[in-house]
Amino acid sequence: MRALRWHGREDIRCDTVPDPIIEHSRDAIIKVSSCAICGSDLHLYDGFVPGMRSGDIMGHEFMGEVMEVGAENKRLKVGDRVVVPFTIICGECDQCRRGNYSVCEQTNRNKKLAETVFGHTTAGLFGYTHLTGGYPGGQADFVRVPYADASCVKVPSDLTDDQVLFLGDIFPTGWQAAVYCDIEPTDTVAIWGAGPVGQFAVRSAILLGARQVVCIDHVPERLAMARAGGAITIDFDEESVLERLNDLTAGKGPDKCIDAVGLEAHASRSIDSLYDRAKQAMMLESDRAHVLREMIYVCRPAGIISIPGVYGGLVDKIPLGALMNKGLTVRSGQTHVNRWTDDLMRRIEERQIDPSFVITHRVSLEEGPMMYKVFREKQDGCIKVVMSP
Amino acid sequence: MNEKSLTVYSPSSPAGSMQATVRRLGWFSIGLGLLEILAPRATAWRVGLPGRQGLVATFGAREIGNGVGILMSKDPTPWIWARLAGDVLDIATLATGDNRRRSTNMVALAAVGGVTLIDAMCAHWLTTFHARRSQPVPDYSDRSGFPKSAEAMRGAARQRIPA
Repeated sequence: MRALRWHGREDIRCDTVPDPIIEHSRDAIIKVSSCAICGSDLHLYDGFVPGMRSGDIMGHEFMGEVMEVGAENKRLKVGDRVVVPFTIICGECDQCRRGNYSVCEQTNRNKKLAETVFGHTTAGLFGYTHLTGGYPGGQADFVRVPYADASCVKVPSDLTDDQVLFLGDIFPTGWQAAVYCDIEPTDTVAIWGAGPVGQFAVRSAILLGARQVVCIDHVPERLAMARAGGAITIDFDEESVLERLNDLTAGKGPDKCIDAVGLEAHASRSIDSLYDRAKQAMMLESDRAHVLREMIYVCRPAGIISIPGVYGGLVDKIPLGALMNKGLTVRSGQTHVNRWTDDLMRRIEERQIDPSFVITHRVSLEEGPMMYKVFREKQDGCIKVVMSP
Repeated sequence: MNEKSLTVYSPSSPAGSMQATVRRLGWFSIGLGLLEILAPRATAWRVGLPGRQGLVATFGAREIGNGVGILMSKDPTPWIWARLAGDVLDIATLATGDNRRRSTNMVALAAVGGVTLIDAMCAHWLTTFHARRSQPVPDYSDRSGFPKSAEAMRGAARQRIPA
């Protein structure tokens, strides 16, 4: 089969590899009908996430048709159409029973490695670092889904791939980020980053009733899409984020802040971002935390900071004094996808939202490597790439 | 939904690598500038310009100014062109180097020649890149994802969803 494989920094290739096979009785083999490039794939592409190995198959946003199931997998049958959440869950461990699926205690097959780096294991993830199990991803013709009976989300036949594909990651990720904000009708919610997760966070915050949603970025077409979803936008190349946010909130600051940027903040004109770049170049720091610093500084006291953006390692100069003295609450984590999928599927069926609005590019799998570059460079108005194997 | 924009696609350009190169040039400028200011005598000696440490330190200040400009500006194009002009000045100065240190002088000239080539490529790319960016961007203003206006959807998830 064909698969997009990581061969090093900025080196993704469409290779021919052996087809996957059932390895465990709870497995399923999925024929991928649609897959997408996620913003967090770019962290791998750019070489910021440790634990990648040459030949790893990329991709954690995918869906398709069940081709084969293991003997113990009684929930799925051949021919079922499913979305596959990017977090692999067992459905049985203590964390899964609590709904904390992204920290499933069973599915990371490299637990020891994760425990060494993070203190404890987190769930296995598709197409990601070996810290999270190193499972082959879904940017391929076929994929083996471990624990498929617990994680796969069946899709009603009347919904298209475009409508449901993003239930596997970015829609629930934006939704969880907004839910974590405990949004009240009087709230101003500020969202850094107008990429795909930021776009879904904007719409989630609107649906959850925020009085004012503000989105911060510097890419014109992304800001236009955020405005279409109901956000007031701030172009950080054109105006001061802090001043504008204070203007919009009568000097009080946003009640809730969402970091939909993560470790590769691209602000380039602030002193702290130059500092981050310098430390990164000297391998003294792994992540660029400009957005976190700005959020902590501007957030209203007693507010909430929600972090769906991916961080991988160590950051420096976090204003912990401001965080503590302002009494801010921080909520973060990979998305507990299966906690939200039933509810969000129902919202899609009820036509409350159509997630396909975010798709800007459709290509074949062979064009995938080139699209990593287009997406990373935000060329050609690229916001979300969907590939059809 | 704007169908036309959904299908818009063009092959990738070398934008990423060139942007990274521009930033590296910024850091290179700062590094070279610091060297020229902190050790002007030794630098002048090594490039075949013995006794001209004052000139070398002045060039160092120019390099640092260029580097900071490249790294701090939203559009580094003028700063890269300034670097290119500086390269020409450097080559002209090195060409007047001390004949007794001709071999080191030639090495320095070759190095500056290589950097000049990179600067010229970046200057050309940045100029064309910004010309391209000045073209209209895709219009996503109709991509709300909502069936009604965003204002009408505000708080919709707070209401009970019909079974």
